[in-house]
Amino acid sequence: MSVTRSGPLPTGREAEYDVVVVGAGVVGCAIARALARHPLRVALVEAANDVGDGTSKANTAILHTGFDAAPGTLEARLVREGHRLLGAFAGEAGIPVEPLGALLVAWDEQQLATLPRLVEKAERNGHHTTRMLSADELRSREPHLGPGALAALAVPGESVVCPWTTTLAYATQAVRSGVDLHLGCRVEKVRTGDPWHRLVTRRGELRTRHLVNACGLHADAFDALLDRRDFTVTPRRGQLLVFDKFARDLVRHILLPVPGPLGKGVLVSPTVYGNVMLGPTAEDLDDKTATGTTAEGLADLREQGGRILPALLDEEVTAVYAGLRAATGQEDYRCAAHPSLRYVTVGGIRSTGLTASLALAEHVLGLLADCGLEPGPERPLAPVRMPNLGEAFPRPYRDAELIATDPEFGSIVCHCERVTRGEIRDAYASTIPPAGPDGLRRRTRARGGRCQGHFCGAELRALSEEYGRGAR
Amino acid sequence: MSRVVDVLVVGAGPAGLAAAARLAAAGAGRVEVLERERTAGGVPRHCGHPGFGADHRGRPLDGPAFARRAVRAALRGGAVVRTGVSATGWAGPLTLDVTAPTGLERIRAHAVVLATGARERPRSARLVPGSRPAGVLTTGELQQTVRLFGPSGALRGRVGRRAVVVGGEPVTRHAVRTLRAAGVEVAAVVTELPRAATGFGAVPVLTRTVVAELLGRGRLTGVAVRGRDGRTSVLRCDTVVFTGDWIPDHELARARGLAPAPGTRGPVTDGAHRTVEPGVFAVGNLLHGVEPAPVAAAEGRAVAAAVLDLLAGLPAHATGVPVVTAGPVRWVTPGLLGPAAVPLLVRPDRRLVRPVLTVAQEGVPLRRERLRGELVPWRSVRLGPEWTSGVDPAGGPVVIGAEECPETA
Ligand SMILES: Cc1cc2nc3c(=O)[nH]c(=O)nc-3n(C[C@H](O)[C@H](O)[C@H](O)COP(=O)(O)OP(=O)(O)OC[C@H]3O[C@@H](n4cnc5c(N)ncnc54)[C@H](O)[C@@H]3O)c2cc1C
Ligand SMILES: Cc1cc2nc3c(=O)[nH]c(=O)nc-3n(C[C@H](O)[C@H](O)[C@H](O)COP(=O)(O)OP(=O)(O)OC[C@H]3O[C@@H](n4cnc5c(N)ncnc54)[C@H](O)[C@@H]3O)c2cc1C
Repeated sequence: MSVTRSGPLPTGREAEYDVVVVGAGVVGCAIARALARHPLRVALVEAANDVGDGTSKANTAILHTGFDAAPGTLEARLVREGHRLLGAFAGEAGIPVEPLGALLVAWDEQQLATLPRLVEKAERNGHHTTRMLSADELRSREPHLGPGALAALAVPGESVVCPWTTTLAYATQAVRSGVDLHLGCRVEKVRTGDPWHRLVTRRGELRTRHLVNACGLHADAFDALLDRRDFTVTPRRGQLLVFDKFARDLVRHILLPVPGPLGKGVLVSPTVYGNVMLGPTAEDLDDKTATGTTAEGLADLREQGGRILPALLDEEVTAVYAGLRAATGQEDYRCAAHPSLRYVTVGGIRSTGLTASLALAEHVLGLLADCGLEPGPERPLAPVRMPNLGEAFPRPYRDAELIATDPEFGSIVCHCERVTRGEIRDAYASTIPPAGPDGLRRRTRARGGRCQGHFCGAELRALSEEYGRGAR
Repeated sequence: MSRVVDVLVVGAGPAGLAAAARLAAAGAGRVEVLERERTAGGVPRHCGHPGFGADHRGRPLDGPAFARRAVRAALRGGAVVRTGVSATGWAGPLTLDVTAPTGLERIRAHAVVLATGARERPRSARLVPGSRPAGVLTTGELQQTVRLFGPSGALRGRVGRRAVVVGGEPVTRHAVRTLRAAGVEVAAVVTELPRAATGFGAVPVLTRTVVAELLGRGRLTGVAVRGRDGRTSVLRCDTVVFTGDWIPDHELARARGLAPAPGTRGPVTDGAHRTVEPGVFAVGNLLHGVEPAPVAAAEGRAVAAAVLDLLAGLPAHATGVPVVTAGPVRWVTPGLLGPAAVPLLVRPDRRLVRPVLTVAQEGVPLRRERLRGELVPWRSVRLGPEWTSGVDPAGGPVVIGAEECPETA
């Protein structure tokens, strides 16, 4: 088990693996974790200098039930299973989840007419607990809703989750259970061979018997390194606005749009950090690096959000960002085993990959077996308990016992998000320490609040330099 | 642990410290100031430039010296100033939850004075589109970085080499000076205002210009700006500092149910700095965003009378006629006009040349005050209280407006 970020990769026997998983998004990390249950030499290789630095950090963070998936697809099955698996794992690992339930609000006759069809679809997907709410019931559940809501479909089980902790928990458990994590390590060439494939990176070469492509947006490009051209990934951008915590009291459920001919609409959802999120847009692009926001996109979101929850627009915006969904022109995932290459592609994990991650990982174990991998007996994974980032669960700054044993947890550094010195110190001492301020934010929430570093930025930097010295 | 004090002041900036000094000296009993930073003094602690008045020998004071004096005055008066202590929420109408390295506490007070200051809106709150690179900060972060790491080479490495500064106010000037003193080149000052404050030296000032987009992955590589002609161009830089655009740090006030006033976004008070919640007072930048430190300190001193009244058993929450704005007036404080005559602090929305400030209630004019010079959007003007005797205490809101003098407009 090791984590590397720079310098030459190991050589000789140290560079030989049974399985290399390329891409440490939520999907690749979940796969590496599943493999870690077996006596295999496994490496997780990632181009960025942190795990979860791609699409997995920039989504709407909903643990979907899969009620509206296309029935019969792989996605429908894996989302349903993933919801159950991640729900259970979250409890063990300390990943914040809030089962708020969703409301699909109908604002016009056409949307109203769609709701019964959604009930039917949910039934076909095995979800029998949806319920129609009248306009009055809806208003009593969501008193701050804008005028004109006609009715809603309630979907219990839809939850909000922390996407950062999820990815980090998988990776941490994988590494503690023996997986090598090589960050800052883009795979640029694959020399296929038997028994070894050779993976060429700027930091050296790795050899592996089996290979998994979990490259997200770049899954098609990676396939091409092995001469597979089965699909093309088109990035579909989703811009999002996050509102300050004062907005949290305005909304109790995840407010989902009713899909219609004019597009999918936007959602308004609480986050586990106690904020409210508005988005995402849906824009088909061709640049896989276009994670910027646009004036039109933000204006459009504000207009739509103002109709759903008018008071939202009075609150300050604490973050604007965009994520790219990996669309492939097919309404399903693109997972494939290539036995002759001892190679598995996990592609087209569009807008549900966070939810499906654990089920996807199990599915990929099956595909690897199809490619001849003999995983051997199962053993328990090393335990993980992640620091809690959720508002609904106890945080260190309110924990008298913890502060009594370690006063650093009583010393708040990031005042907006109430992050203590103790948490920052621990993040740098953790299995996979942060590589910079963004990584620190995803591990602690530091600098993620309304002031964006106005008060704490300088001190955080000093602490990072102090604690980070030992970590690198 | 639970304790009771007479007066709890939240925030040891100029406003909170002045309130504590005056109250403790006047015999208000145990006066305790909570400050979440490791040193007391508030914003002036990291303003290493003169402009904070003078000492008794007439020598100009810089921010840190002003802050030290304010702390000393509070201590001399008999107040207790505790640093590294954060007030995190309310456990009752006058009871605060507190976190410190020494543990959690629940402190009940007979009076709570909120003096939590203000912050600059960051990039996200300004809805600036583009990428999310490193190198994007506010004056507050810039100045604290200087304070922590020193103004010289260390800062250049930590801040950047070439900066664009957004804003056109005096605080923008401080950001520019801080950067230049640290050896960071300032490519331009960008402001939406048609006319900026002066004193930027040789740095080009682009007026009527907005930041259209931040560019760069990982590290900022430039900002796209749109000028008055609607054309967009790119300014190459690795750092952008967003200055001004203040918003009160009103978290505790709102958590106590005090709604932010539309203009200031701070809690509404009467002229004695009482809020509508009995026993809760508010002073300083929390009320209105940035004002000079002596203004904040004067508000702190002024709250003492009402707090002492409360401790003596007199009514303790604000009542009065609402004061609202019209026309080119951005905000006015106080937001409630009680029986006591106090001057109003009025902030124009834009530059106004020789304007007439107007006061009216239900359409009835109470006052027209012609001002001589010009008003600028980063400075407030004081409107004397002579007219307040004409206010109908049972009537509708008092409206403060401004008219530009027609012959000069
Ligand atoms: C706007 C938006 C909203 C969403 N909302 C939700 C939601 O509410 N619920 C939900 O369940 N899902 C949601 N999703 C979907 C979810 O975020 C994705 O399905 C998931 O993050 C995909 O994970 P991944 O690991 O496949 O991809 P990524 O996170 O993109 O990871 C792929 C990784 O591969 C690396 N990589 C690529 N090429 C190479 C190479 N050659 N060598 C080494 N490394 C390489 C990349 O650097 C990257 O880190 C949303 C997505 C978007 C965009
Ligand atoms: C760049 C810059 C330059 C300036 N230059 C000048 C100048 O030259 N001359 C001049 O007169 N003025 C100047 N000012 C203005 C002056 O510094 C401020 O107006 C003044 O500090 C306001 O005082 P305050 O007490 O209201 O707020 P602050 O000084 O902001 O103090 C508020 C305090 O409350 C604390 N606090 C907040 N919340 C909590 C909580 N929950 N628990 C505990 N503590 C809390 C904060 O940590 C802070 O210390 C300048 C300001 C800036 C930003």
